[in-house]
Amino acid sequence: MSGDSPRKRCFRWGRFAIIAIPLAWLTMFFAAPFLFVIKISLSQAAQQRPPYEPVFDLSAGWHAFIEKLGELSFSSYWSLLDDTLYLDSYIGSLRLAGLATILGLVVAYPLALSMARAPRSWRPALIALAIAPFWTSFLIRVYAWITILKDEGLLNHALLSLGVISEPLHIFATDWAVLIGIVYSYMPFLILPIYNAIDRQDPSLVEAARDLGATGVQAFWQVTLPLSLPGVMAGALLLFIPAVGEFVVPDLLGGSDTLMIGRTLWNEFFANRDWPVASAVAIVMLVLLLIPLALYERNETRSMEPRL
Amino acid sequence: MNRGLRPAHVAVLILGFAFLYIPIALVVLYSFNASRLVTVWGGFSLHWYASLLDNQQVVDSAWISLQVALISAAASTVLGTLAAIVLSRFGRFRGRLAFSALIYAPLVMPEVIMGLSLLLLFVSFDLDRGFWTLTLAHTTFGMCFVAIVVHARLAGFDRSLEEAAMDLGASPAASFFQITLPLIAPSVIAGFLLAFTISLDDFVIASFTTGPGATTLPMRIYSQVRLGVTPEINAISTLMIGTVALLVVTGLLIARGFRRQPV
Repeated sequence: MSGDSPRKRCFRWGRFAIIAIPLAWLTMFFAAPFLFVIKISLSQAAQQRPPYEPVFDLSAGWHAFIEKLGELSFSSYWSLLDDTLYLDSYIGSLRLAGLATILGLVVAYPLALSMARAPRSWRPALIALAIAPFWTSFLIRVYAWITILKDEGLLNHALLSLGVISEPLHIFATDWAVLIGIVYSYMPFLILPIYNAIDRQDPSLVEAARDLGATGVQAFWQVTLPLSLPGVMAGALLLFIPAVGEFVVPDLLGGSDTLMIGRTLWNEFFANRDWPVASAVAIVMLVLLLIPLALYERNETRSMEPRL
Repeated sequence: MNRGLRPAHVAVLILGFAFLYIPIALVVLYSFNASRLVTVWGGFSLHWYASLLDNQQVVDSAWISLQVALISAAASTVLGTLAAIVLSRFGRFRGRLAFSALIYAPLVMPEVIMGLSLLLLFVSFDLDRGFWTLTLAHTTFGMCFVAIVVHARLAGFDRSLEEAAMDLGASPAASFFQITLPLIAPSVIAGFLLAFTISLDDFVIASFTTGPGATTLPMRIYSQVRLGVTPEINAISTLMIGTVALLVVTGLLIARGFRRQPV
């Protein structure tokens, strides 16, 4: 049918446009900017606007480009090694994000399990309750913990008047406060994937284990838990990756000695106005996160892909 | 197996949700506290709300935040819905893996990295930072959230209706607007609301990508929090929580209306 061909061509163009528009947007505003971060990280800080030495400007032609290439400098990367601040910040971030992931799983798993074991009619409401905090401002949820955790805050106030403690607990401005803050603010990201992984399981598997003589606890450890591990993995990555670069939580709840790389980058950029070093910090952080990011991408594309 | 909920599970549910909700409840409660001291209850008062309205800076920032959230959420919804169609309807094509990587990565990318990279892009192109750069930045992560929400709905959806429409001679565009869009409308609305809320709440990316003329509400809240906890912050927070709650409930009611409509 030759009459179909203009129409088909129209489909092809339509299809191309539907792919190209979001792709072009994300390439322009998400992927391409990383090239600029790499570029600025190879420059040097300067007292001007913008505060770095210009790097390869293609408008000046080939010759100038080659010349500029020779002026590229790795000094920002070297300075990351010079001052232990940066190394300590990276280690501090990985440590706190790792601890927060473990602590978060310990809190979220029982909650997700109990949600999945609740009567079917309750579940939509329970899921809505678990998601709702995500809709309240991150900043406000972190701020809420200042009032609670301060030395003269609500927690100490309550515990002192109940006679549980005689001295106020120093939690605010310590790593503990940062851990609580991260676990609390990322809780919805942990609960949902774990809940889905448990809810998707065939209940007859646990029944079969019970029939074969397993106790409830054994059935949990040998059937329910192993089968829910993909959900645990998804939740852990959804918390761990952004937590490594977290700025708001360590800045508002942490002490001055709480070193996290997101906060160091922020100070480098806003307080010291050293854009090249801030860019180098970002690139190294991205490299550290490549493996968890790749795992996350694989996990998500697998679970969300339609059956093609 | 016993059908009822075991006491241990009930206890976990109560403790778990208490952990999630008590901090937010305390912020709301103490916004009505007459006392300036955060730990002492001095009686009910609307004093802090009144003093907020007198604070012109806060009112201006709230207005900017609302405008940015509205425009960026609208743009996010269009772009994100297109992306969701690509993910769920276009099968395999060259670059598909890269496409889905570009959709998923912004959801977990540390905000300081995204903020810094967008800022360097804007500076390299000599764009003046302010309202529009902020809106561009928010559209970029908003569209990814919309794409995920709409994609989830499209993936679990009966394609035979679309196919029937096309068999009856409808063009793909007509079948999308007349069959698919009404059916996925609840998720498109949910995606819009999500993008709106996330834009309204964003502090880190906004700090990098905005300029002196467009200070957002979260930026104001942050600088006030740095100066110390005050009941005014509780009042702003309560208003923000209330606005979002109202919006989400309205959105869900509209979405439910769509679902009831016969197709």
